[in-house]
Amino acid sequence: MVSKNKTGQIVLNFVFVLLCVAAVAPFLLLVSSSLTEEATLMRDGYSFFPKVFSGQSYVYLMKSAEKIVRGYGITLFVTVIGTLGSCIMTIMFAYPLSRKELPCRYGFSFFVFFTMLFNGGLVPTYMMWTQTFHIKNTVWALIIPGLLMNGFYIIMMRSFFTANIPDEIVEAARIDGAGEYRILGQIVLPLSKPMLATMVLMIGLNYWNDWTNSLYYITEEKLYSIQAILNTIISNIQFLSSGQSSAASAMNAADMPSVGIRMAIAVVGIIPVLCIYPFFQKYFVKGIVVGGVKG
Amino acid sequence: MAKTKAVVKHRKGSWKMILALFSMMIPGIVYLIINNYIPMAGLVIAFKSFNYSKGIWGSDWTGLSNFTYLFKTQDAAKIMRNTIGYNLVFILLGNVFAVAVAIMLNFLRGKMNKKIYQTLILIPYLISMVVVSYIVYGFLSQDSGFLNNLIVSLGGEPISWYTQEKYWPFILTIVNLWKGFGYSSILYYATVIGIDSSLYEAAGIDGASVWKQIWHVTLPGLKGTIITMVLLAMGRMFYSDFGLFYQVPMRSGLISGVTDTIDVFVYKALTQLNDVGRAAAAGFLQSVLGFIMVLAANLIVRKVDKDSALF
Repeated sequence: MVSKNKTGQIVLNFVFVLLCVAAVAPFLLLVSSSLTEEATLMRDGYSFFPKVFSGQSYVYLMKSAEKIVRGYGITLFVTVIGTLGSCIMTIMFAYPLSRKELPCRYGFSFFVFFTMLFNGGLVPTYMMWTQTFHIKNTVWALIIPGLLMNGFYIIMMRSFFTANIPDEIVEAARIDGAGEYRILGQIVLPLSKPMLATMVLMIGLNYWNDWTNSLYYITEEKLYSIQAILNTIISNIQFLSSGQSSAASAMNAADMPSVGIRMAIAVVGIIPVLCIYPFFQKYFVKGIVVGGVKG
Repeated sequence: MAKTKAVVKHRKGSWKMILALFSMMIPGIVYLIINNYIPMAGLVIAFKSFNYSKGIWGSDWTGLSNFTYLFKTQDAAKIMRNTIGYNLVFILLGNVFAVAVAIMLNFLRGKMNKKIYQTLILIPYLISMVVVSYIVYGFLSQDSGFLNNLIVSLGGEPISWYTQEKYWPFILTIVNLWKGFGYSSILYYATVIGIDSSLYEAAGIDGASVWKQIWHVTLPGLKGTIITMVLLAMGRMFYSDFGLFYQVPMRSGLISGVTDTIDVFVYKALTQLNDVGRAAAAGFLQSVLGFIMVLAANLIVRKVDKDSALF
């Protein structure tokens, strides 16, 4: 038995340390590159252990902080409003589907399930949102298309309600005269907290990391989320200093630590996720596990 | 019996409750109709000569000309080959690797280290593909990339990664594995820990070696999950991770022969080439073939092992 064998355990731990290094080391390259002095970067390139450390990339970022702060603002707004709207709609759809009293509940479930099997793809979706709903270059383009509701989460919540909310409790509340909205808000949801946390985190992460909707629907810089800024800077490092007055305009392309600053901005983009993640790790794991079980 | 009666009675008595339940679903139904069902109908755009002023429904029909135009160029064969090829490799390697990690995680003792390992291997999964493309650039950049520095310091010639096709099937496969292995390992691990431990004990008493235990206890226990995962992936055979194929190669045109998948092609044709017809034709094939794949894969699994089928 490996689990009782000491050498076996050492080997296993060794393998996992290697796997963890493989998973995390690329991020360290990102961080240490962003903290390398520009001249050193020019000479030695990106490296894990730079010879000369320097915070100059971040100093330059601070000079054009306006765009980044704005990007954070957009991302935060979209993530909060989007996640809130998405969770409310998902819960309000999933709860009735879990009640036996709902007529045609299998029909409605199929209505949701079918969207997971078949979809129209980018072209008709893009045409509809831009031609019919004129969503281009509005903040709603970052919230509504595709992300607002996903059949997967509805099915996941429905299965959870069906399995974990006893009929008797709902019946008793009804006999006491509670309406369906009150039952959902005051009885069902408090019983579903861990599952709700999982859903909030997974949907929130989707919003935070989304760059596709910006790519499809946003061309105006003032609506760039942090991911959209990252996406732009890959091809255009001058983006940060463009169209600015005061201190930043003094920062011309030649001064700009273009090699290091790319990495610094990427670090800025991932820090919030990496800071929050360890505290909610178990909910993410739960979300993954639930995802593997069919609804 | 009593329960059924109560339900029936309730059903008759409280149409008010049913109305309340219906009213809850209205926002969701409206959203799914707009976001999901109308675009399904909009797939007819593939058979039309799209005109922005006339819209999807008003544009003129052109029969199959969008498709014949698509297949006349080399693009159709290229994007099909890339999409299917990468998917097959990802499904095979991704699942084998994840199952191996899950089994090792199960044999590991100690709570703390297990938790740390699980936390760390999941980190790549949480990061957007845009940031991943920055990281890959840190390794592969021609002048300052980590790999080229390593090659030069070992006395070799720097490699121009972003202009040569031959490297990219490997690079994309590695990036895909790196980003996804934590996720699927944890998914499989959840099934592995659910396997009845008395089965292992029985096998141990019978003198089965570790490999035999894995073969006769763990893998059969994982069969259902593996089938479900592969089935889901097969259903996505004509889809690809747009970020992986669009962002990670840094949009380098020189390597598009091995990095353009259907999703990338549809996006480029729609927004950069302004070629709505070919984009729509490729998108139509993706949607319809994808749907057929899901149904076919499910049908096969139903025949082999009914409990593992999705529907």
